Amino acid sequence: MKLKQLEGLLGGLKQFYNPKVELEQYPTGPHIASRMLFTAENSYGDITDKVVADFGCGCGTLSAAASLLDAACVIGFDIDPQSLETATLNAEELEVEIDFVQCDVTKLELKGQIVDTVVMNPPFGTRKKGADMEFLSAAMKVASQAVYSLHKTSTREHIKRAALRDFNAKSAEVICELRYDLPKLYKFHKRKEVDIAVDLWRFEPRQN
Amino acid sequence: MRLIMHNMLTCNIKGVINKSPLRIEAEKVIKKEVDFNPDFLRHMLAKIEWKALVDGARSMGYTELPVHAPGIESDEPFLRKFHHALLELNLEEGSLVCQESGRKFPVNKGVPNMLLHEKEV
Repeated sequence: MKLKQLEGLLGGLKQFYNPKVELEQYPTGPHIASRMLFTAENSYGDITDKVVADFGCGCGTLSAAASLLDAACVIGFDIDPQSLETATLNAEELEVEIDFVQCDVTKLELKGQIVDTVVMNPPFGTRKKGADMEFLSAAMKVASQAVYSLHKTSTREHIKRAALRDFNAKSAEVICELRYDLPKLYKFHKRKEVDIAVDLWRFEPRQN
Repeated sequence: MRLIMHNMLTCNIKGVINKSPLRIEAEKVIKKEVDFNPDFLRHMLAKIEWKALVDGARSMGYTELPVHAPGIESDEPFLRKFHHALLELNLEEGSLVCQESGRKFPVNKGVPNMLLHEKEV
């Protein structure tokens, strides 16, 4: 599948119909999602024929991308049943198989080494302080090969230090810097659209 | 919910020691065909908890899996059964039950709800 084709398919997905600000629910746009997963597969071979988990999957954009890039199995995890409803519809629309689990990923305990790769667009921690680190910690416990995650560029040094020192990372690399364009989604948003500098990270966990 | 996912789920209620596997109470199971990928299946054989898979499949009405996984060589007929159990059986409605605490995690429209109540955390 070509990047443009992937981006096109992801652009057709339904998004949050009742977004909850306290969960930092923002859609992962097709531009970012397609590039993130395309890079994960083409540069690192972390998606095709792999078991991929999407932490905080929301409406399932990253899960859908993983499926379209022929992951062997994709599982989306989210706390919000309404998002999971939309994610299920999106999977049906695209005719891809994705399993979904309703849970708090920061409290989840998964057994074994079944998950190869975790992909995620986690909360940035603007509502619940430290949420970004909690998601990263959880992902590093679950992935056996790699974690791909988006974090604000302003937190770069902090993330690198925490990953290597506290979260069992063998390596922590910023693959690229992206602009995340957030549309005016909530009433408190003053500007029509805002652009945030985010890093796409790839973390490798140490073998357990 | 498919058995590949069930194989990794545990009960994370505070104080529970025997967290997995969760027993399956199936009310509605559907079968969805998935492409057969023998390399992937061979790779998964080493990672899957076999007894949990066999018991899980039985609860969903599939009894063809052998009690023990084959040793070194896994031939196609076996892989086909493994494939079917692992990836093609979907629990649409039912529960996942913690063997120690008895707590039931409901499964609706294929989605298990693993959220804990405040006291359980």
